[in-house]
Amino acid sequence: MFKNKFSKKLVLVLSVALIIGLFTACGGKQQPSDNTSSGNSEPAEKAITGLINSGGSTSVEKAAKKALEEFTALNPGVTYEYDATGSSTGMKNAADGTYHIGFASRELKDSEKETGMTYKPIALDGVAVAVNPENGVNELTIEQIQAIYKGEITNWSEVGGEDSGIVVVSRENGSGTRGAFEEIVGFEDELVDGAIIKDGNGNIATYVAEEKNAIGYISFTTLNSNSDKVKGLDVSGAEPTVENVQKGSYKISRPFNMAYNEENLNEAEKAFAEFLFTDEGQNSLEDAGAIKVK
Amino acid sequence: MVSQEIIKKENKDVDNAILKENRKQTILDKLFHIVFLLCACMAVVAVFAITIFIFSKGLQPFIPGNEEGTYSFIKFITGLEWKPSQNIYGIGYMIIASIYATVGAIVIGVPIGILTAVFIAEIASPRIADIVRPMIELLAGIPSVLYGVFGFAVIVPFVRNYISPFQLGDSLLSVILILSIMILPTIISVSETAIRAVPKSYKEGAYGLGATKMEVIFRTILPAAKSGILAGVVLGIGRAIGETMAVILVAGNPESGIPRTIYDQVRLITNNIVLEQGYAEGLHEEMLFSTGVVLFLFIMIINIILNKIRSKVVEK
Repeated sequence: MFKNKFSKKLVLVLSVALIIGLFTACGGKQQPSDNTSSGNSEPAEKAITGLINSGGSTSVEKAAKKALEEFTALNPGVTYEYDATGSSTGMKNAADGTYHIGFASRELKDSEKETGMTYKPIALDGVAVAVNPENGVNELTIEQIQAIYKGEITNWSEVGGEDSGIVVVSRENGSGTRGAFEEIVGFEDELVDGAIIKDGNGNIATYVAEEKNAIGYISFTTLNSNSDKVKGLDVSGAEPTVENVQKGSYKISRPFNMAYNEENLNEAEKAFAEFLFTDEGQNSLEDAGAIKVK
Repeated sequence: MVSQEIIKKENKDVDNAILKENRKQTILDKLFHIVFLLCACMAVVAVFAITIFIFSKGLQPFIPGNEEGTYSFIKFITGLEWKPSQNIYGIGYMIIASIYATVGAIVIGVPIGILTAVFIAEIASPRIADIVRPMIELLAGIPSVLYGVFGFAVIVPFVRNYISPFQLGDSLLSVILILSIMILPTIISVSETAIRAVPKSYKEGAYGLGATKMEVIFRTILPAAKSGILAGVVLGIGRAIGETMAVILVAGNPESGIPRTIYDQVRLITNNIVLEQGYAEGLHEEMLFSTGVVLFLFIMIINIILNKIRSKVVEK
């Protein structure tokens, strides 16, 4: 009798707890620790305070936020905003003061340089052209890559390989890597119909590793971690290495540029602009997959 | 006398105890009633929340004056190109691909499923049935992404190397093969239950009239079990339409083109959402929600049609 009663009570208590748990789990959304984060770890030696108002390229976002997080962790009085709107908007807003620091994942256009902003590359980004290791082709020119992605070259024999059709693989629409690759290689909005679409660098690497006739493009970091499964092609005679990107001989690369008007910067923003070129700053950019500029 | 009084008192005590126990029981009952009600509400709330969310987000691009930009609904569902960078959002070719894939999976999966169910329920010896049945249950428990990995590693190379004339494995055919395997367990287990539920007397009667085993199965048992079998088929179709993770790995997901052969790459409605949700923003993101609305309607329409067919078949 006692045991029965006891177990009933137990069931009741547990089920009520479960229901309450369910409801609170649904209702009580934690505030997201969004773009605006304020570090609350150990205090810095010299207390810098203020808001870093930045924005621009979606491709730089990951690297920039990594550096911003690092910086705000070192300087608990600093908070930041990064508004990922795209390179062009980033440069426009940096020029007119909407952002104090703007980021672009490309070279600045002449019109943007003429606004008198200070601009510096904070990091580089390389995109490797990946093929299956069994593929006999080791090198392509930019023009050949462009023709392949436009669908003008459809057989590997046309570029010195075996006689088999080329399987063109691309990233999904909206991907920053895709945008940069299309822009640098020169086939914007002209991707061949029927190209295989894979989401994410890793999926492209896996696909190319499986499919003998595939050609894809992946970031350097993905190439390094998959170097046993896929082959990174030499592009116009330059191997896909960090050194060649830094030297400028590997062409499918782009700078991550920072641009600002000196007079707009507050104390925190000035310190952050300097921080990006310190070892710590460069390392945090590298952690996010970018290539150091020094 | 004294002993009688004691007995009376004891009775009273027992009565009180029962009364107390009863009162406790009613409180407990009421509490549990509330618990059950809350549980039931969760499901209802979830359905409404999801529907409202999807529709409120997904219909915005078709309402004039939307701040992210507007798009014609007709162009959206009839368009044959999905090129967000050029502001072209057409999912017509995906709808067609989804229909093809579902029909293909039914054509291959349903006959195999029903015949397997017949085999387990009527033909196989109990020993063999006891081996086959757990295998099918296991098949049902495999996560869909593992079907996808299997498809990617086995079916796609197989189609590429031995079947496709275009040296390409990512195709409608691979999608259909994967989906056919995935819907088997649902169809088999529901059909088997339906076949087993057919009264023994039907079978005995048919045998008594001199029918062969195959005649008994095809003329007596299957017609008697058709309602239950159709329920299994409906559930299987539901799974085929909604499947995403397995299909995305074998479909190829091109940005345009109605599949003309079963060797063509396809992008299904479900794939579109998952592929691009990560980077989409502005109108592009809203159009992905619109894709969700279409998927939602697509599944509702198919469910209504299937239920109509089912009730007609049952009436006969």
